[in-house]
Amino acid sequence: MSEPILGVENLVKYFPVRSGLLHRISGYVKAVDGVSFDVQPGEIFGLVGESGSGKSTVAKTVVQLYELTSGKIHFKGKDVTRLSKQTSKWFRREAQMVFQDPRSSLNPRRSIASTLEDPLIIYGIAKSRREREKIIRTLLQQVEMSSRYMYKYPSALSGGQRQRVAIARALAVNPSFLALDEPTSALDVSVQAKLIGLFVRLKEELNLSYLFITHNLSLIRTIATRAAVMYVGRIYELGPVDRLFNHPVHPYTKTLIAAAPVVTQEEERVKPRQMSKEGEVPSPVTPPSGCAFHPRCQLADSVCAEKLPELTEIELGHFVRCHHVALSTADEGSSE
Amino acid sequence: MTERPVLLDIRDLHVWFRVYEGLSKVLDGVSLHVREAERVGLVGETGCGKTVAMKAAMGTLKSPPALFPAGEVLLTGKDVLKMSPAEILNMKGKTIAMIFQDPLSSLNPVFTIGQQMFDVIRYGHRRTSNGKRPTRAQLRSSAVEALASVRLPDPERMLKSYPLELSGGMRQRALIAMALVNRPRLLIADEPGTALDVTVQAQILNLLKALVKDAGIAVLMITHDLGVVREIAERVYIMYAGQVVETGPAAEILDAPQHPYTQGLLASVPRLTGGVLAEGIPGTVPDYTEAPSGCRFHPRCPHQMDRCVQRKPSLAETSTGRLVSCYLYSEETDE
Amino acid sequence: MMSSNQQATAEAEETRWAVFKDRLGRGWYKFSRNPTSLIGAAMVLLFVFLASFAHYVTPYPNHAGAYTDFPNAFQPPSAAHWCGTDSLGADVLTRIAFGSQISFMLAGVVLGISVPLGVFLGLLSGYVGGKTEAVIMRITDIFLSLPALVMALAICAAFTPSIDKAMIAVASIWWTWHCRLVNGITRSIKTEEFVQASRVLGASHLRIIFKDILPNCASPIIVKITLDAGFVILVGAGLSFLGLGAQPPAEDLGTMIAIGAKYLPERWWMTVFPSLAIFFIILGFNLLGDGLRDALAVEEGI
Repeated sequence: MSEPILGVENLVKYFPVRSGLLHRISGYVKAVDGVSFDVQPGEIFGLVGESGSGKSTVAKTVVQLYELTSGKIHFKGKDVTRLSKQTSKWFRREAQMVFQDPRSSLNPRRSIASTLEDPLIIYGIAKSRREREKIIRTLLQQVEMSSRYMYKYPSALSGGQRQRVAIARALAVNPSFLALDEPTSALDVSVQAKLIGLFVRLKEELNLSYLFITHNLSLIRTIATRAAVMYVGRIYELGPVDRLFNHPVHPYTKTLIAAAPVVTQEEERVKPRQMSKEGEVPSPVTPPSGCAFHPRCQLADSVCAEKLPELTEIELGHFVRCHHVALSTADEGSSE
Repeated sequence: MTERPVLLDIRDLHVWFRVYEGLSKVLDGVSLHVREAERVGLVGETGCGKTVAMKAAMGTLKSPPALFPAGEVLLTGKDVLKMSPAEILNMKGKTIAMIFQDPLSSLNPVFTIGQQMFDVIRYGHRRTSNGKRPTRAQLRSSAVEALASVRLPDPERMLKSYPLELSGGMRQRALIAMALVNRPRLLIADEPGTALDVTVQAQILNLLKALVKDAGIAVLMITHDLGVVREIAERVYIMYAGQVVETGPAAEILDAPQHPYTQGLLASVPRLTGGVLAEGIPGTVPDYTEAPSGCRFHPRCPHQMDRCVQRKPSLAETSTGRLVSCYLYSEETDE
Repeated sequence: MMSSNQQATAEAEETRWAVFKDRLGRGWYKFSRNPTSLIGAAMVLLFVFLASFAHYVTPYPNHAGAYTDFPNAFQPPSAAHWCGTDSLGADVLTRIAFGSQISFMLAGVVLGISVPLGVFLGLLSGYVGGKTEAVIMRITDIFLSLPALVMALAICAAFTPSIDKAMIAVASIWWTWHCRLVNGITRSIKTEEFVQASRVLGASHLRIIFKDILPNCASPIIVKITLDAGFVILVGAGLSFLGLGAQPPAEDLGTMIAIGAKYLPERWWMTVFPSLAIFFIILGFNLLGDGLRDALAVEEGI
């Protein structure tokens, strides 16, 4: 395996909760509680999970929007855990992000040209206004938008168009890595399909690597090479997308796939059996002890409530965090 | 076999709006119906007019700027568009109830669930009984019964909870309970699962299916998610740009779509089994102030013919219960 | 190659103007649909016109300032003097027009000082947060808890009364309203995705404040300035009425009312007409401000 473009080691991000008259810290939202994975150059790595899983926080911490609480981040071989002024300027031109909500990812009071101008001015990519305009036109072309929208404001654009502008903004600095936080979740399905096509094309043309965050399992199946399933701040299963979907191991993964809304009969047939009792996703402020899924898990026993299982490799590249799976693979090796 | 009575019957509804750019002709002859204890889906993408159609059904469209040049909306036989405000008020919550996308913004955060439910119950009561106010005990028992029917654990405690204390799934259940407490005959659900997690959404859909079976209410589910349609709808209407383009049994349409728009839509949905994803449908949703003539999908349709531009095709029956509005399937000529 | 580049620039430049015109048109459409906004705008324009061209439009421009014509004093409204004459014989209507000048000047100076100050402190406190914000907002709270007129009175009374002192007094408390307004907006915009995107792009704090946050404050500030104008004029007139602002023989509206009050109710025109002038100025600004609020509202929606 080649050198990963992004390496994340034991990433932890807690947000303090302040309450009371003096704004004292009363607890922590354990948004990300020990996450490790890497992204290979040129791949699309998917991060799936429901609300409170921490997947968005992972993305925002990786691009240094938030400062991590503990852990390490490596990018292109360099340690970018704490960004100095110098590394910051380099890193920000390498790693960019596209956000979820087209309604708020663009400043409603700025024209498209003004929004796209910013990165060009910050990094001195163009010397004059004329040059900037030229580059902006090229960027818009790249995301398949007509330059006649240049001076319009976001309110005149549709959701899909706004997302294209957001992508153009991220591409303006010529990055090699993009974190995509649910970039199409707020869009109609036909618009989503167009944008996904654009993402795949851009990846090929510009040699990009993606960290793709979504709750839509079918989407990950279609475009990602490897993926990780997150639940309440931790990864519970990680592996190549085909293995993950054809042979899901963790009960939560099976639950997630079984609950995914599907359109055709054949998809219905490949679904695994539901492995959870009725319940809600717990909040990251008060996560369950041990394995966070144990309150909803049909296989759970006392060990699950006490001890957090380790992430173990059960086959090449396929990792699972579960006491019952670890036991069964251990059994396979023993004489019993 | 006698067919179940029709509760909602929208017939050839046209709705226009006066806007800055001119006249926005949103709905161009929409017809749909929902029978008792049926589960019907209304599918369309953003801007197709499904919300406008539903607002018309609920009587909530303000008459300027909305204009109704043609069509009727019959709720248990009476035309909503011609009802007086008092009649509309009477029918809301009693005959027809609606739940929305985001349970958090539909609930008042400063009142408990119980207080909000009691409000709804008192309101419904005022219309049926002869002015007698329900007693505290009656309010409680009705509320608890409603909350239990949506499978909320510990309904008694739920009455004292505030919306922010509850999870998204519980809030949505509480809203469903509030919508159903006065026993409406039709429940309109506007994208109820969008703000919820996938596993929770699955539970809510199962709940709605059970309620239809047990309580005999009809459900009209408005959504852009075809997976949700497969889960819950028996029949479905596909809308595009203010026109109904296809309708029929949900499973049949999803397995073998006939209208080019439906086909394009289904090809754009990513599959759990992977595979190549089509790149959407070329073109964009039209501007309603300059809508395409005839079939509004024709500029984006791979099978566009001259007839399509001239006149909108009427719904033709292609097999039992399946109707498609497309010249590929109808024998219509210009006669 | 050269011509297509020029052409492209020409096409883009044209649309910039077209976009501006379109937005202006939409804003006007929203504004003009509300009849009261138009009435408000008309009232404000009328008084602005009257104040700006007082010298040319009024029947007796020399009656402004120190003018006496005792034989002509206390004339009731007539064809020669539409609003009658005052205790010194000057034409009331003329003095109202020149009085409006003083009022608008007062509003202009007060807002010209307090708005930039308030906006600056609002942006600073909202963006930086922490102790800085706490200090600034607590000072703001103290100022806001006291009625504007009372505060201005206190400040004015400490010095020899004059119109300048009045302006400084009102300005010194007025900045707090804008500070609070902008602080609130800054705090909420700070968390929006487009600000996060700017951060990820590596924008400096100053760039974020001036290019991302400030434009979103512009509309509420404009609306507030419009609504404020009327209120500032009222406070100014109140100060003059109490003798703490413009001094006679200056034709300030408040002073006119104060002098005229002594002669009520027989010589009512000396009080009623200046009061009506203040009333319509304030009403006009209020209606205009409400209309602007609707017209400038950010267009929502996908």
